[in-house]
Amino acid sequence: MSGGALWTVVLVAAAGCYALKLAGLSVPAAWVEAPWVTRVVEFVPAALLAALVAVQAATAGPALVVDGRLAGLAVAALALALRAPFVVVLLMAGATGALAHVLAP
Amino acid sequence: MSARAATLRDAVGLGLAVGLYGVAFGAAADAAGLDVWQALALSALMFTGASQFALVGVLGAGGSGAAAVGSALLLGTRNTLYGVRLAPLLAPRGPLRRAAAAHWVIDETTAMAVAAPDRELGRLAFRATGATIYLGWNATTVLGALGASGLGGTAQAALDAVVPAAFLALLWPRLRRPHPEAALQRRVAAGGAVVALLLTPVVPPGVQVVAAVVAVALAGRPRPAGAAG
Repeated sequence: MSGGALWTVVLVAAAGCYALKLAGLSVPAAWVEAPWVTRVVEFVPAALLAALVAVQAATAGPALVVDGRLAGLAVAALALALRAPFVVVLLMAGATGALAHVLAP
Repeated sequence: MSARAATLRDAVGLGLAVGLYGVAFGAAADAAGLDVWQALALSALMFTGASQFALVGVLGAGGSGAAAVGSALLLGTRNTLYGVRLAPLLAPRGPLRRAAAAHWVIDETTAMAVAAPDRELGRLAFRATGATIYLGWNATTVLGALGASGLGGTAQAALDAVVPAAFLALLWPRLRRPHPEAALQRRVAAGGAVVALLLTPVVPPGVQVVAAVVAVALAGRPRPAGAAG
């Protein structure tokens, strides 16, 4: 993607996200507090973040791949289960990815 | 310690903690091919972390601009509901104050504002949390983006492993108690991941992420009474 196209994506998405924030402060509560809307919005982050975890850790283009990223993710999950702080989780995942790259480049 | 001082202390503490995520975001943006200015523009203008991570996540996976914008907006819908909850508390006078307040309507400011013991402290918590997070988040975004650029092969492999781990860390608190409905959140997350992986070989990059959310939303749609499942 060219620099200009990237800038368009950045600015359009930023404007859209700002409009969503402003809408909440501006529209009558009844418009957006339908039970079904609230329900979906409660669960969108889990679905979207999990999809991103899967895609970032186990795919390359259209292919499913297993490499150091998946090993790093497993170590990160273990660290999170042991209640490690955020920065420790990232450092351990990064170290695992680097180790896998050195062992199996 | 006075209630005001306690509110300010909590706001600053939260701002510092969130700043760590800014480093991860800056690095993820660099890994996705954004330059430092584009990463900073996202933090300064979009200023809602999960949407920013989603945008660079989709771009990093080779996704189209439309899929990237769509993912960011899907996560941004949360802030609309937060705004509805904050409107009576903040009660901004006039369109300018409302436009300014809207920019800081995010997870953390909402949580701090609605948890405050009274309305005045709620407003203070909103402003203090918004200001510290805004400054910290933008500063650390630049640090992360600059630090990640110009890495060699092994460091790049480390960064590639950090990005999905950062998403997992964002997701994790939703899957565990004391989050209400943690069990259902885990099922939703598993569903999202499985749908995304199954679609990866057959749809353009990035589309599987949006499709996973739509599939989960459809699975949870309202049904006629008696047909709930």
